[in-house]
Amino acid sequence: MSKSKTLYDKIWDNHLIYSNDDTSLIYIDRHLVHEVTSPQAFEGLRTAGRRVHSPQKTIAVPDHNVATTLDRLTNFGNEEGRKQLDTLDKNAKEFGVHYYPVNDIRQGIVHIIGPEQGWTLPGMTIVCGDSHTATHGAFGALAHGIGTSEVEHVLATQTLIQQKSKNMKVEVYGTLGKGVTAKDITLSIIGKTGTAGGTGHVIEYCGSAIRDLSMEGRMTVCNMAIEGGARAGLIAPDEKTISYLRDKPNAPKGKEWDKALEFWKTLFSDKNAKFDKEVSLNAADIAPVVTWGTSPEDVLAITEKVPSPSNFEGSKIDAAKRSLDYMGLKPGVRLQDINVDAVFIGSCTNGRIEDLREVERIVRGKKVKSGVRAMVVPGSGLVKKQAEEEGIANVLMEAGFDWRMPGCSMCLAMNADQLLPEERCAATSNRNFEGRQGRGGRTHLMSPAMAAAAAITGRLTDVRDL
Amino acid sequence: MEKFVKFQGIAAPMPLINIDTDMLIPKQFLKTIERTGLGKNLFYEMRYDKSGNIIQDFILNSEPYNSASIIVGGANFGCGSSREHAPWALKDFGIKCVISTSFADIFFNNCFKNGILAIILSDKDRDTLMEDAQNKEKSVLTIDLENQKILRSNGVSIQFEVDGFKKYCLLNGLDDIGLTLKNFEKISEFEKKYTDKFSWS
Repeated sequence: MSKSKTLYDKIWDNHLIYSNDDTSLIYIDRHLVHEVTSPQAFEGLRTAGRRVHSPQKTIAVPDHNVATTLDRLTNFGNEEGRKQLDTLDKNAKEFGVHYYPVNDIRQGIVHIIGPEQGWTLPGMTIVCGDSHTATHGAFGALAHGIGTSEVEHVLATQTLIQQKSKNMKVEVYGTLGKGVTAKDITLSIIGKTGTAGGTGHVIEYCGSAIRDLSMEGRMTVCNMAIEGGARAGLIAPDEKTISYLRDKPNAPKGKEWDKALEFWKTLFSDKNAKFDKEVSLNAADIAPVVTWGTSPEDVLAITEKVPSPSNFEGSKIDAAKRSLDYMGLKPGVRLQDINVDAVFIGSCTNGRIEDLREVERIVRGKKVKSGVRAMVVPGSGLVKKQAEEEGIANVLMEAGFDWRMPGCSMCLAMNADQLLPEERCAATSNRNFEGRQGRGGRTHLMSPAMAAAAAITGRLTDVRDL
Repeated sequence: MEKFVKFQGIAAPMPLINIDTDMLIPKQFLKTIERTGLGKNLFYEMRYDKSGNIIQDFILNSEPYNSASIIVGGANFGCGSSREHAPWALKDFGIKCVISTSFADIFFNNCFKNGILAIILSDKDRDTLMEDAQNKEKSVLTIDLENQKILRSNGVSIQFEVDGFKKYCLLNGLDDIGLTLKNFEKISEFEKKYTDKFSWS
């Protein structure tokens, strides 16, 4: 009998071209490309006289820099960013890769449109010059971020030099309580393991609370594997995965679909597979959470108070002092007494249709608190269209939300969507680093439902009380 | 890529944990289509105030650390995004070696792709070097990749581990793509078998 394997082991073995000592060359099925981390890579190809090895497996879309205003085709408002967009346009056409330009309704955040267009399939290896590539792991694909040198390497060879990671299992068992969502799961895991807890590992998420999540929820969980230090997160495919993929434009069709389906059914960790590290959480213990500091591991239940640096040990004491100072917070203040100036709903973590439905459920019939600027940035043109057709957009606009065009927007604030210094934001994105949403801006990460609640009350709020 | 040669340089102490890629190079500098010129923007928001004036007490602004070629950093150095602009900015500033107890995976790889040696040490060894770096008189270190040694100013050396392939590439200044393409036949052979088996992919 062959050795028991984890899901990661299986995908790795299927893609292994050769190994020399610790270093291996693996084959890449899908390469997603955006405007910020690719110009130098295409330029490198051009200089060396190389072509793109597999343009049919390469998908380009602008997302980081794009404006999210309605008039963005004529009024870009970001000249340096425009240069990167023009460069991507030129490169995509010259090298003949799949391409969704800004004026295409399918344009959106690269990690939203990969699954939406059926490029992301179980068992694949997927890379992108973006750390949130981990998102695609929700389909049982090995997906992770790479640097620009590696982007060039994949463009030129359709392979990547890698060292095999260790296996880590994160089990979330039991059932989630009311008002608790996928975002609370993923933040709570990071709160427990720390931002370096997964370093050197690929995480497989499992357990009943993960199984119970929709594909959107699973993408939210895997998306933040990187904030937990792991390059990739994985969830074994099941019936939900298959029904999500069935009609997607680039998913296999007919006999190819049947053949793929047979294979996908083999994608799970064997019963006795060995994990190098295991963590488990009881879903019932997870509360709606928010971050208080400037690291994604600074997670607390909304019912808690701002901690004191003396609650920590070692180098975390100074880090906590620095965080509290940056965030303008005093120890002992109830999290629910912290007022917010802005609300950002969107990003590759929470810019999908289910996220917007959740926001709509909370907001329906209510108004955004006066003085709070609240924006919703759908993850793709198709998400936006669907939300408009379902009436979600109307409800949100009537409540006082700004309804924007798709892109990464205020998650990393490369376009004009930025916080002002000391402005405090309830955000559904993934990083609360200093300056992430604009210099001096203060970010509290949370779920779409919690962000919606904060928009209505103007302060961090326990969504269960609304 | 230039060959990585044994060098002596000033080590700057940065004990803060979780130094992230947004600190290393804030997003407004990611709009470039070049690899060079980012050194002046390294640690921008820590190095310059809101009006763009130099913050004198930031470590890399003060003598002798403004000429540092080594950083001794806190744990989980380089966490955050995959932006290779982070090592590009370090390199352009003149940093050739970063020493910590742990690095974020993507940043770690990105360093080596750009000729920067990232060294992982035990807490104890890193703390020793942190103390050296914090003392201007002792802040000069010699980095000897070939023998995997860091020589301190008092003549004592600290041994370090490095992946064999990464070491070979750094010492010889090798370009990964060229190396991989030497095995083009193996890739083509694999691709054929793979495509037969997973025809939908």
